[in-house]
Amino acid sequence: MEREADVVVIGGGIAGAAILSELTKYQLKSILVEKEPDIASGTTKANSAILHAGFDAHEGTMKAKMNVEGNRIYHERKEELDLDIEWTGSFVAATNDEEMDTIRELLERGNKNGVPGLAIWSGDKLRAQEPNLSQDIKGALWAPSAGVCWPFGLAIAFAENAVMNGAEILRECKVEGFEKKGNAITAVKTDKGTIQTKYVVNAAGIHADEISALAGDTSFTIHPRKGEYVLFDKAARKDMVNGVIFPTPSKTSKGILVCTTTHGNTFVGPNAQDQDDKEDTSVTVQGMNEILQSAKKLLPNLPMGAAITEFAGLRAVSSTGDFILGKSETVSNLLQAAGIQSPGLTSSPAIAAYLAGILVQETGAKKNEHYQKGRPVRHTFHTLSNEKRKQLVKENNRYGRIICRCETVTEAEIVDAIHRPCGARTVDGVKRRTRAGMGRCQGGFCGPRVTQILARELDIPVTEVRKEMRESYMFYNKDKTSGGKA
Amino acid sequence: MGENYDIIIVGGGPAGLSAAYSAEKNGAEKILILERDREAGGILQQCIHNGFGLHHFKQELTGPGYAHRCYESIKNKKSIEILVDTMVLEIRPDKTVLAVNPEKGLMELKAGTIILTMGCRERTRGAIRIPGYRPAGIYTAGAAQRMVNMEGYLPGKKIVILGSGDIGLIMARRMSLEGCKVQAVLEICPFSNGLTRNIVQCLQDYDIPLYLSHTITRIQGKDRISGITAAKVDEHMQVIAGSEFDIDCDTLLLSVGLIPENELSRGAGIAIHPLTNGPIVDQHRETNLPGIFAAGNVVHVHDLVDFVSEEAEIAGKYAALEVRKQTKEPLKDIEVVPANGIRTCVPQHLRLGAEGETVRLFMRVRQPMRKVKLEIRSGGKILLTKPLPVAKPSEMIAVDLPAEKVAGLAEKLEVGIKEGA
Ligand SMILES: Cc1cc2nc3c(=O)[nH]c(=O)nc-3n(C[C@H](O)[C@H](O)[C@H](O)COP(=O)(O)OP(=O)(O)OC[C@H]3O[C@@H](n4cnc5c(N)ncnc54)[C@H](O)[C@@H]3O)c2cc1C
Repeated sequence: MEREADVVVIGGGIAGAAILSELTKYQLKSILVEKEPDIASGTTKANSAILHAGFDAHEGTMKAKMNVEGNRIYHERKEELDLDIEWTGSFVAATNDEEMDTIRELLERGNKNGVPGLAIWSGDKLRAQEPNLSQDIKGALWAPSAGVCWPFGLAIAFAENAVMNGAEILRECKVEGFEKKGNAITAVKTDKGTIQTKYVVNAAGIHADEISALAGDTSFTIHPRKGEYVLFDKAARKDMVNGVIFPTPSKTSKGILVCTTTHGNTFVGPNAQDQDDKEDTSVTVQGMNEILQSAKKLLPNLPMGAAITEFAGLRAVSSTGDFILGKSETVSNLLQAAGIQSPGLTSSPAIAAYLAGILVQETGAKKNEHYQKGRPVRHTFHTLSNEKRKQLVKENNRYGRIICRCETVTEAEIVDAIHRPCGARTVDGVKRRTRAGMGRCQGGFCGPRVTQILARELDIPVTEVRKEMRESYMFYNKDKTSGGKA
Repeated sequence: MGENYDIIIVGGGPAGLSAAYSAEKNGAEKILILERDREAGGILQQCIHNGFGLHHFKQELTGPGYAHRCYESIKNKKSIEILVDTMVLEIRPDKTVLAVNPEKGLMELKAGTIILTMGCRERTRGAIRIPGYRPAGIYTAGAAQRMVNMEGYLPGKKIVILGSGDIGLIMARRMSLEGCKVQAVLEICPFSNGLTRNIVQCLQDYDIPLYLSHTITRIQGKDRISGITAAKVDEHMQVIAGSEFDIDCDTLLLSVGLIPENELSRGAGIAIHPLTNGPIVDQHRETNLPGIFAAGNVVHVHDLVDFVSEEAEIAGKYAALEVRKQTKEPLKDIEVVPANGIRTCVPQHLRLGAEGETVRLFMRVRQPMRKVKLEIRSGGKILLTKPLPVAKPSEMIAVDLPAEKVAGLAEKLEVGIKEGA
């Protein structure tokens, strides 16, 4: 594979996807490379999924600026990009006088950062809205502009918009090095071939320091800090919360929060565990116990029996403590989007606009007059009116066959997810686009069926269908000599 | 669309088919079975081993064989219609059923009475919280069974099975027959949760080790599972430090229990029992919503399909009588309470008229016991005792309370276990 581009974006997380989409607004030939079989397979798949209001970060930091601006852009583009976001608002709960002082500080900081509508509520006012919360809560900071989202869905939306506007996304394409001339990159070397390019954007998440070092910039390092979660069945919602509740933060962490997702499942987490291994996203007994115990301080009657899964994500903690954004000081045509830890999900659209701005200035690229907003229409059978459902089945009878019974996902939605721009290639890819397999049986019922649909639509043998990662084959042939792909 | 039926049966497994058979025999005229799979028969279709039907058909059949017998008994009945490939989306308390299939699209159907026979589903990994990664190669035993027996693929080659429920045991044998290596079956309880005959025929005959009081403390492998760490647990089911050991595998099958499938029931507003996880029913299997009945694994997970059919025939009969307005108003409501040693008992209450009727009670004990007796009491009087040489949580106990004893009931019925036979 030999390719040429104006800009190569490395990493298909929320940051890379948002940047790619932003670049298509200009006349720049852009290619995104992602090492895994699908985008949104890194930190973007396992996080708290909260679109923060922006009162945590200190005034003047990149985190503060990008957070507030990113939140604003999501408000603006929610309808246009058909984003799975619910603007629930968020609370920070305080249980004693010291914590009440802290939330007042947060309110002031938020006001300085330009966060709209912050207010302090009494414990009783909070409990009137969230009756399951602990009686120990004395007061709370209310942030109406916060929301919850479907994090991979956001990245996928940006990717679809980008591909629709002519950008290219190469998956299972891992960057292994660079060709350079002086202090400029001339080409990106991947395991699938070389891409000649004028600019490179480094959005490689937890690996951004390695990519930067490969290009010759060793000015920062990234270390992983694990956060674990427990997710609960929707059926337990009545014992849970309606929105987002943080405890009062400590110096090191926002603490273990309780949040009900866009689709009605509640989760608790994350803890914060520093580690060396950038691949270790395993969940631990200690971690799970820690977060369940902590969460009980907010929700004393947490229904432990209703847990359906656990997961962990890695924060990309940078050695500078802030987001690292903009031009590298040592490599002339490398732009960094590194150290994107929380609130990275929220900040990504702002980061994208900021970096696109720099690139436009550098290249003098003109506006793309043909840029189209939005993305192809999605039909979510589950949420439609009966009239609309009837009509859909008439047009395409695969809307009449339910594949995922927990989340009521039809065969037509799955087929569509596979054939959309930057479509699903894996079982988890289908899950992240349609929710098939997200429910209480966690794909026990639909996993094999989704595997068979993927094989049929992609015209590959069932034994080549993967769950998520490169070697994650789902099924083997009965032929006793074969294994995995063979 | 907007069609009316005497009875709508949700689920075409053995419970649904048996309910239809009995409803028809009891005079119901327009019966519709809705089944989401491509044919009727339910989970039995993937249970290609023997051991079904000894009680009900007095003959040892395979799963599909049993399903076929149920199907044969109704397939020529004009009053019974089956729609396959059809998913029920919603059941409303006014007995409207919303269903969809590719051929007919979205259907809104009205029923005189409804029988819920959706069966059960398998518990997954989340419910038991195993630490480690989330790689490919972890399946519930039932999902793997479907893949092997119906679709013709293997979940893997080197297998560890967690949980000694019957599906897990059956799958241990199946995988061995397919040429796979079953490394171990791990069970957290000090006893197996499967039928004794399955332990012998599926594990011992294939030299598969069963580790009782063991669990999995870690899953290894990031893309595809590459092994697990097993450990011994103490009597409180806590891991004993230092007892860990690793087992290689490329597949983990979970057989960690079944739970009634009650999403639709909950949506309709049916009261669910916290221990059976199924609807609370009376002796006719009527739920708290008048005219909505439930039977089989959707009510409580059975270990023998024969009992499922039997229970479904009761529900079918009374659903038919209710449509035909032949049921009598009950005069009293007697609660059935599990007492000493009994974990669950179905039905949970009896709605009785003036004359008595024979009532069959289905129970599960809390722990394995030997040489005990079952005792049924009401108002301080012992109504019935039954010696039980062995009693295990994995084996459902069924007893009939004769009509004359039922007729005189005035106070709640207590069902318990006493030491000494
Ligand atoms: C526990 C936790 C909770 C969080 N909660 C929130 C929250 O509530 N709100 C919020 O706004 N943010 C939150 N965040 C932060 C947010 O999740 C991240 O900031 C965001 O997902 C980072 O996106 P990214 O694109 O930078 O990285 P990633 O999503 O990790 O994407 C990087 C991509 O680069 C690819 N890549 C790496 N190396 C290469 C290579 N050599 N070649 C090709 N591709 C490569 C990776 O495979 C990956 O897909 C949280 C994070 C964590 C860990």
